[in-house]
Amino acid sequence: MTRTPTKTRPARSKEVVTFSSYCSKRARRIEAIVRSFTAICCVGVVVLVVFLLGYLFIRGVGSLSWSFIFDAPKDRMTAGGIWPAIVGTLWLIGLVSAFALPVGIATGIYLAEIAGQSRPVRMLRIAIANMAGVPSVVYGLFGYAAFSLALGFGKSLLAMGLTLSCVTLPVVITATEEALRQIPKEQRQAAMALGCTRARTLGKIVLPTALPGIITGAILGLSRAAAETAPILFTGVAFFAPVATNVTQPSMALPYHLYIMATQPTTPAPHIVWGTALVLTGMLSITNAGIATWRSYKRRKLQW
Amino acid sequence: MVTTEPAGSFDISNLSVSYGSEAALTGVSFYIEPRRVTALIGPSGCGKSTLLRCFNRMNDALDNVKVEGLIALNGSDINAKSVDSVSLRMYVGQVFQRPNPFPLSIYDNVAFGPRTQGIRKREQLDELVIDSLKKAALYDEVKNSLKKHAFELSGGQQQRLCIARALATKPGVLLMDEPCSALDPISTGMIESTVEQLKESVTIVIVTHNMQQASRISDTTAFLLRESIDEPAQLIEVTDTTTMFTQPSDQRTENYITGRFG
Repeated sequence: MTRTPTKTRPARSKEVVTFSSYCSKRARRIEAIVRSFTAICCVGVVVLVVFLLGYLFIRGVGSLSWSFIFDAPKDRMTAGGIWPAIVGTLWLIGLVSAFALPVGIATGIYLAEIAGQSRPVRMLRIAIANMAGVPSVVYGLFGYAAFSLALGFGKSLLAMGLTLSCVTLPVVITATEEALRQIPKEQRQAAMALGCTRARTLGKIVLPTALPGIITGAILGLSRAAAETAPILFTGVAFFAPVATNVTQPSMALPYHLYIMATQPTTPAPHIVWGTALVLTGMLSITNAGIATWRSYKRRKLQW
Repeated sequence: MVTTEPAGSFDISNLSVSYGSEAALTGVSFYIEPRRVTALIGPSGCGKSTLLRCFNRMNDALDNVKVEGLIALNGSDINAKSVDSVSLRMYVGQVFQRPNPFPLSIYDNVAFGPRTQGIRKREQLDELVIDSLKKAALYDEVKNSLKKHAFELSGGQQQRLCIARALATKPGVLLMDEPCSALDPISTGMIESTVEQLKESVTIVIVTHNMQQASRISDTTAFLLRESIDEPAQLIEVTDTTTMFTQPSDQRTENYITGRFG
């Protein structure tokens, strides 16, 4: 064992000075309580997540097979696979990406960069915050009235996609606006002082820098859309339908399939329920974990 | 070095700036000579930065700022309707108080201005980037790592990168807003000697809190003062730097430079 040379240090006195009189017992007790309480809560959450995902995995993994994923349901929904529901959910993700992302990101850019702080703009922000608080089943009713009936899209992927887009919009708008506000004003000034127009400053500096935040918001919004059942309930989700080939058809979707299989059939098929739950959760978890990793990689390069 | 571009000179007459109903600066008139270093000094809140921002119309971006009076750059009014603030800012570059490189590589930072001007040719960009980095006395430190991310540089290097970035659009005037206030003495020294070199080709207007710095690097010094919070700031005195620091003609200037307030 090597010892660090102590010669240059002052000799240690035998008396131990603890400085204890500088901190009251009460303050230390509060510190200990706060520490243990927050730690216990944190451990509780971790245990909950591990238990939930672990239990889901153990119950669901037995159902997974190529035919479970790539086949249609058979024998009055008691056997076969979930392929039409997977395709339906992918259709919905695609449709929401096509509607909610461009509109949401553009609105976020407008609110953060162009609109300013006038009274109507503040009202608009409050309205958007409220949109996020509307129960999703209310969106379902609205979507049925507006898209299925009034616009005549009937029970179709299009009506479902538009309804889910409404659910997703506030998430995307808020995330975009926040991401843009994070960009230091010094960056904008630097670009302007180099003779950039506002559009070029936005396109070349502000948007690329804010992109990780915007994409994160977009993915969170999309995964929420993919996981929702209520908004598609009245607008076109099917108990059983073949693989959808265009947006005018009704379609199966994973969350609804899970719900209906767990509650409706006369002959229960629990392996299908657990398998569906695992596939849906797996799809969303992998996407979220991927995005989180990508973002932390990007963030490391962007320390202001 | 012989340049064909005219070096920038500013002729400011009766300039006033107000934010909303509050007048910030009033009755400023003076001449900024081309290819010289002009320092703006004065206590905090005396309108130095406000005045500086008038020279490249960065005040345009702020809400309710009103600029009155005449600022003639090389003889023509920069606030005239026909003058485009975007092209003006390519001719009047600015370096800010805190280094603010873009989250891009060293090369892309310097090439940003020229690319905005529409220069796309690789060789032309390479030449501008290298030339600007040399002028900003940064080239030797980064010549082997032009692809490196700008945020990996030290604070002092980042500030010199910002100077190089401002020089790459070939400006006639460079505005510097306390460019050394966030830097250590060694980096400050490097920036000061850069300024010394640059004035051969560019007019420099520098805001500084540091009077030693003003006396070291500037040829002309302007002293601004806001005498009370109810009044707008004014230009108290403008003269060549040596006179300013040895025999100021105004008592208020003398009080300030001898450290009696501010």
